[in-house]
Amino acid sequence: MIDVNVLLGAYPWRAISGTEPEEVTAVMDRLGIESAWASHLPSLYWKDPAEGNPWLYEVCARSRRFQAVPAIHPGLPHWEEDLREAVTHQAVAVRADPGLLGLAPLGQPMLQLVEALAAHGMPLLAAVRLEDGRGRHPLDVAPELAPWAVRGWLRHSPGLRVVVTHADRGFIEEVHFGSTPTESARVWWDISWVWGPPEDHLAHLLATLGPSRFLFGSGQPLRLAETPLARLDLLSLDPADRALIQTGNATALASRRVPR
Amino acid sequence: MLVDVHAHFYHERAGRADWRERNASRLEAGERIGIRWHVASILGSWGHTSPTYFPSPSDLSFANERLRALCHEHPGRIRGYVAVNPNFTAHALEEIRRGVEAGMAGVKLAASRRADDPLLDPVCDAARPRHLPVLHHIWQHRRHEWPGQEASDGVELCRLAARHGEVAFILAHIGGGGDWQHTLRAVRRHPNVYLDLSGSGVDGGMLDSALRAVGSERLLWGADVTLCTGWAKLRYLERVLRPVDLELVTGGNARRLFPAEAFA
Repeated sequence: MIDVNVLLGAYPWRAISGTEPEEVTAVMDRLGIESAWASHLPSLYWKDPAEGNPWLYEVCARSRRFQAVPAIHPGLPHWEEDLREAVTHQAVAVRADPGLLGLAPLGQPMLQLVEALAAHGMPLLAAVRLEDGRGRHPLDVAPELAPWAVRGWLRHSPGLRVVVTHADRGFIEEVHFGSTPTESARVWWDISWVWGPPEDHLAHLLATLGPSRFLFGSGQPLRLAETPLARLDLLSLDPADRALIQTGNATALASRRVPR
Repeated sequence: MLVDVHAHFYHERAGRADWRERNASRLEAGERIGIRWHVASILGSWGHTSPTYFPSPSDLSFANERLRALCHEHPGRIRGYVAVNPNFTAHALEEIRRGVEAGMAGVKLAASRRADDPLLDPVCDAARPRHLPVLHHIWQHRRHEWPGQEASDGVELCRLAARHGEVAFILAHIGGGGDWQHTLRAVRRHPNVYLDLSGSGVDGGMLDSALRAVGSERLLWGADVTLCTGWAKLRYLERVLRPVDLELVTGGNARRLFPAEAFA
């Protein structure tokens, strides 16, 4: 099982325990999660988030359980060097959350980044949100990612692959059915924010979009890692489909790197 | 015995064609999770013919009647709250009387009137002699007015609870959005306010903080409209709580709060 949505390190807006890599590993062991795509949480809020990447690379080098999803700010000079560094460190994806970076999602810096990521065969990972907007700190006013931004990225860069975390059913459907089949085949969704019964949003999406579009993601330790497992356990899923969501899709996504 | 103290059902006037499927889905998921009792309410017409949080008396009467019918259909699975709108005092009291006669186990207040408003007093006065807990919809730290509801937060509910010390109040869905940390501070010194853990929120640290704030004796497991997050929280609690504390949260406290015959 691969958790594609893990955040390591302290959160600036409230105290959370269990954010150290060893503590997250213990949770993964308990739940049967073999590996995780991880970002460095504090630096998502830094002026230059790439300053958190050396720590992340070190963690990933120390523990093969973690695969790096470094952050890049394409509005900063020479951000291309950060991308080259990510490629060198075999990052599984690069994250850029335009709301947290203070960037227009479809402004030049973000579009230049998605072009470069497409050229490197490197997926872009972006979160719709990290916490429920109703409970955020009064100073945590970064806008959430909007569906039109994801559609715009997919249209702008035909080779780009995108992983979106923390999206709900409405967001996912808006992007999927607002894109051509070719475009929507290049975006993957984690299930961290998709409701189960009685509304059955996840079951509905699996029926309409198919299991190939979904990834196991939790958002831990900001959110309980048990949640996506409970969601899957409430479905009557074919084992092969469940395996795709838990592992197969993420593995395929990570291995389809296109060397430049 | 696992009790979901915050469940909902739908009916044919709820404005959605899939109401039967949603009800069936809740019961089916409940079987998988191991829920012994769904303690449920129906908020009028869910916005179809009057607003969800400002339901009309006629919509409430219809909804309460449909819930009584569901309890009758599933006598070993569903218990009911009488949903009332405190702006219509006579109607609210009559609904409670009728509900109790039919075996309803609690009172549900949504967000039709601020929790500390005097209009809620007669409702609480009617609940007290019948040992009915009052489940109150809460916006965790209401920093301003929200559209569609006259929301209340923990501080406001605690004012009501202080006036009615012999009534048990269930503060709804600490995982239902808003700032649960504010709620945990608000309820500490109000022993007749219990927290239901329901809601889609699964914030890391929320359950541990709730346990530190009020202890396992004042926590009630529930799901509201997302059974998946409810099950995730239950799995977490199964790991961190001693069996005796887990039993309190999952059913023991509910057995104590609700009328003795509720879970017979």
